[in-house]
Amino acid sequence: MSAELTAGVAQWLRRIGGAVTGAASKLGFASRFLLAVLWHTPGAFRRMHLTLREIYFSGVLSLVIILMSGLFVGMVLSLQGYETLKRYGADEQLGILVALSLVRELGPVMSGLLFASRAGSAITAEIGLMKTTEQLAAMEMMAVDPLARVVAPRFWGGVISMPLLAALFSAFGIFGGYVVGVRLIGIDAGAFWGQMKAGVDVWPDVTNGIIKSFVFGIAVSLIAVFEGYDAKPTAEGVSSATTRTVVMSSLMILALDFVMTVFMFRGASVI
Amino acid sequence: MSIPAKPSSSRAAEAIAACRVDPAAAAVELTDVSFAYDVRPILSGITMTIPRGKIVAIMGASGSGKTTILRLIGGQLRPKSGGVCVGGLSVPDLEPEGLYALRRKFGMLFQFGALFTDMSVFENIAFPMREHTELPEELIRDLVLMKLHAVGLRGAAHLMPAELSGGMARRVALARAIALDPMLVMYDEPFAGLDPISLGVIGQLIRRLNDALSITSVVVTHDVYESLKIVDYLYFVSEGRIVAAGTPEEVRASRDPFVRQFIDGAADGPVAFHYPAPAYREELFADVG
Repeated sequence: MSAELTAGVAQWLRRIGGAVTGAASKLGFASRFLLAVLWHTPGAFRRMHLTLREIYFSGVLSLVIILMSGLFVGMVLSLQGYETLKRYGADEQLGILVALSLVRELGPVMSGLLFASRAGSAITAEIGLMKTTEQLAAMEMMAVDPLARVVAPRFWGGVISMPLLAALFSAFGIFGGYVVGVRLIGIDAGAFWGQMKAGVDVWPDVTNGIIKSFVFGIAVSLIAVFEGYDAKPTAEGVSSATTRTVVMSSLMILALDFVMTVFMFRGASVI
Repeated sequence: MSIPAKPSSSRAAEAIAACRVDPAAAAVELTDVSFAYDVRPILSGITMTIPRGKIVAIMGASGSGKTTILRLIGGQLRPKSGGVCVGGLSVPDLEPEGLYALRRKFGMLFQFGALFTDMSVFENIAFPMREHTELPEELIRDLVLMKLHAVGLRGAAHLMPAELSGGMARRVALARAIALDPMLVMYDEPFAGLDPISLGVIGQLIRRLNDALSITSVVVTHDVYESLKIVDYLYFVSEGRIVAAGTPEEVRASRDPFVRQFIDGAADGPVAFHYPAPAYREELFADVG
């Protein structure tokens, strides 16, 4: 009986040990992978047409979902914000509420989450399938490094697209807020824009929002290309890699957002 | 994944010194090569010579380790022990840049073609030319059309890989493999999953291109009939070892039990029908739970 118990405990410990070393080696591989992608960055920019193509696939083709979501988020924000502000007789402040929420938080975070599920998953599935169908191996055998030809352009396409998408998300959100606040509810347009102009600063609000979206772009793009490259070359492997990209990116965005918000807005005047 | 190391002349010199074979006679030479994934042995004591200008087949059942041999020749894997010499260079001793330089002289046909699905047939064949040469666009166009003409698919240049049949995709991949006029072309299961006509076409193309372009070909396959028609020499691999070798005539006349089983397609023989398992009776009457 005690021998069985010992064996059980040993197996349990082995499993924990295996999981820890597995996670550590994957983290190490991901770090080396990032370094290798950065190493191949000049190559990605030399083949500018490839990076532009990826900006088109990740960025331009994500525009519809990003702009529509931005519009609706801004509209809802305006409605809900108005209801709350009205209680304190501060409904004139709606513009500043909508703009600050979007520029500081919702713009980067929401567009990051949408980007992860729209473009990140597509990048992972594409690279994973290229691996499964031996296209990456074929490239290697043709003396073309897939990191330079396939991975680096997709990584930079995502990194460049993300801040632009976040900016457009915020812009459309503010427009949505304006439509609901001013056109539907009837807040004075001058007050709406005036308060916004007075209350939103390029530094720290807009700049920090851009920094956030840039960091999210790096995180999502790295996770997407890494999971695709690291996917098991089977149908099941690609599907679970795609899922992992969306889950990991979303969690990473939310966690990074908290950490960055703590550092960025600690000293700034709170809304 | 690799971060390219600085080229070191001493490594390059080592790569040349490690090969004592005459590159003019043997395009590829494997000497007592062993390979294992972690602790699982895949190949042991493989010694083979692939003479320049010849077509050599590596035959064996699925999972016998024959594709691993191609990966060792191409430098995608490193042997645990033994030497792999290609064109007078020791592949495992090459630094990444040297390996990539060597691979520019290779062509490889993957099992299902491995065409780039986001590019047209034309662009697939132009890909190695665009990556490795500075040729003007008109010349690339002419070269691509010549390669496509050689495999009979000049009219399919504008198609996407998804629009091709299995046999056509294989022919396009073949045109891509010879795009840069390689010295060595490796074929990984070129006949798998093809109809009899496509199979014959691919077989004939392998022979014709090999002779017309003076290349050396290594064909990994389990299609014994097609191979016997076109190759110059065959190696039989089973469980990671070379169990038989010979010219097509020698193979046809062979009394070797493995070769006979392979040619006759017998279910049982040296390659057992049953996966290793406990005795049948014992397992049926075992006390479950």
